[in-house]
Amino acid sequence: MDNLLVAENISKQFGTFTALNDISLEIPEGSIFGLLGPNGAGKTTFIRIINQITMPDSGRMLLDGHPLRPDDIKHIGYLPEERGLYKSMKVGEQALYLAQLKGLSKAEAKERLQYWFERLQIQDWWGKKIQELSKGMAQKVQFVVTVLHRPKLLIFDEPFSGFDPVNANLIKEEILQLRKEGATILFSTHRMESVEEMCDYMALIHRGNKLLDGQVNDIKRRYKSNTFEVGLVTADAESLRKELESKFRISDTEFKSINDDLKLQIQIEPSASPNDLLIYLTGKAQVNHFVEVIPSVNDIFIKTVTTNA
Amino acid sequence: MRNLKLIIKREYLARVRNKSFVVMTFLSPLIFVGMIVFIAYLVNLNSNVQRVVAISDESGQFISEFKDSDDVKFIDLSSVETEAAKRIVEEKEYYGLLHISEFSENTIPEIQFFAKEAPAFGFLDRIERTIADKLTNRQLLDRGIDVDLIEASQAKVEIGIQNFSGERTSKMSTYVKMFFGGAAGYLLMMFIIIYGNMVMRSVIEEKTNRIIEIIISSVKPIHLMLGKILGTSLAGITQFVIWVILGGVMLTLVSMIAGVDMAAMHGPQQQAIDQMSDNELQQLVMDIARLPMLLLLVSFLVYFIGGYFLYSAIYAAIGAAVDNETDTQQFMLPVILPLMLGIYVGFFAVIENPHGVVSTVFSMIPLTSPIVMLMRIPFGVAWWELAISIALLILTIAGVVWVAAKIYRVGILMYGKKPSYKELYKWLKY
Repeated sequence: MDNLLVAENISKQFGTFTALNDISLEIPEGSIFGLLGPNGAGKTTFIRIINQITMPDSGRMLLDGHPLRPDDIKHIGYLPEERGLYKSMKVGEQALYLAQLKGLSKAEAKERLQYWFERLQIQDWWGKKIQELSKGMAQKVQFVVTVLHRPKLLIFDEPFSGFDPVNANLIKEEILQLRKEGATILFSTHRMESVEEMCDYMALIHRGNKLLDGQVNDIKRRYKSNTFEVGLVTADAESLRKELESKFRISDTEFKSINDDLKLQIQIEPSASPNDLLIYLTGKAQVNHFVEVIPSVNDIFIKTVTTNA
Repeated sequence: MRNLKLIIKREYLARVRNKSFVVMTFLSPLIFVGMIVFIAYLVNLNSNVQRVVAISDESGQFISEFKDSDDVKFIDLSSVETEAAKRIVEEKEYYGLLHISEFSENTIPEIQFFAKEAPAFGFLDRIERTIADKLTNRQLLDRGIDVDLIEASQAKVEIGIQNFSGERTSKMSTYVKMFFGGAAGYLLMMFIIIYGNMVMRSVIEEKTNRIIEIIISSVKPIHLMLGKILGTSLAGITQFVIWVILGGVMLTLVSMIAGVDMAAMHGPQQQAIDQMSDNELQQLVMDIARLPMLLLLVSFLVYFIGGYFLYSAIYAAIGAAVDNETDTQQFMLPVILPLMLGIYVGFFAVIENPHGVVSTVFSMIPLTSPIVMLMRIPFGVAWWELAISIALLILTIAGVVWVAAKIYRVGILMYGKKPSYKELYKWLKY
């Protein structure tokens, strides 16, 4: 797969503070890419460099294989974390203005706005002023403005903050739909569950340094510890536990089930096969539950950030 | 360029549609005209009162000199004893009692004025002059000098002022020049303060609305800043034009309907004009006609635009540096100070000596030059002085806009920091 956006050794200093330190990233075309990091990690600075709001001190940013040009803003849609709209301007007028700034003609902008307003069922907001709308309503308008010019690259900085669950889901569906239509999506967030759900690729930056990046599944594979969660039904739970303890590294765990007597996490050698464990266990008890423990993005995030603190 | 146009249009419409802007645009001329009418009314009211003054002239020599006029009426109480006269004045609530004592030749009578309140300065002056004139004449006569002869031999001199190329001017021409220059300079200062502030507030508004990042992901910050300045100034010009037209129409209407004599308001000036001979009036018209109107107009535009640009760029940078309007105070001094300095230098140094060192220097320094030079131009400024001043102004504008754009670019994305000058300096290097 081709890369839509490539960052090559991007560095940025603010005075003595290093916001980004030699960051290189590749964002494949058509992917949903999660940019993760704790507060102040440098996510927003990185995104601002993509948007040419901030210039890097060194390094290059390539879009579609060529260094970023001022004209490229037409191909980028950006929903910043700090977002708002003109309070005393009417919704329709404002959306038209912002769309025209992205290079759309007035007629074109109007047509597409009507499509989107109908789609999100907000037609009757056209003549309202932003100050009459709730925060969530204003965010819907912002979302429309971000995607209106059909950019190749969509950047969402904490897109779901401020949305109620219903609207958050609506926006999520819209984002997935946009990806289907060919857009590449860059997410910046510290809400791990949305990364888990939506992203194909991710990168984790912390204090301006990239700690890891790659396909989400690859990363998970790297972080898994060959641990399996099992639920066993047996007459003599105590002796079975002792027997298992002598052979593997085990620990108690908790999950919902109806009638398991023994709930354990069992870690095996990397070289060992899960099948052997399963066969061994079926000889000892009835196995109701056998699942590989896959680290969540949240676990990986916390583990990586704390070990690098 | 397309984006710049869009921004200018939006800024213009945002300003013009603003409710308080509309109200101010249409209410200000009303208030202004209302004030003028009110003042005219007050002035009329004041002069309608006739003061009654009692005179107790023991010498009997001056009483005939005091003639009744529109605003003063004299009553002769010389026959009454002073203490009794005082009582009468107090009872009848006259303005006061003038008491002139008996006196012998070659001395001066003792003159006193009894009143409840301290009398008006101009009134006293008039009485003093009346008595002094009478005394002088008497003493001249006593010493055998013919008063009529003196009057007949008084010479009246009027200096005809001409420049070397033979054009005649008058003393009035200095006032005419002062008026044109002063009005231009003052107008510019007002424009800068009103609309510069508007630029600043609109920058702060974008920051507090948090729309700024959405906008500058589409346009360059410098375009946004320039668009803001231009859009606001267009709104300002619109407002000014409406003010002038509305104000003019209303003044004419009011003076026609109410019959208020507007000219009566400018008491001293009006008198001065009344006293002018036809010849002088003609001269005045010629003086105005002879002002270098084209040069005035062109340089007015250059300095107006230049000065406004210079200051509103600073205003924009201040707006970008702070989070809310209360934080702007610390940065206001460097803006207001040169403006004030320009006005003061203009009204004192330029009028005293339009081509003196102070006037010349301040008409070169870019922060004060728009105001001071505008005031100097009617007096005639060498072309090379103009050239240097304008060149310096343009260079400074370029520099200030560059610095302001840098501060603006960094500042609009900074929240929650109360910046110091040191901090701003650091931003220049980001």
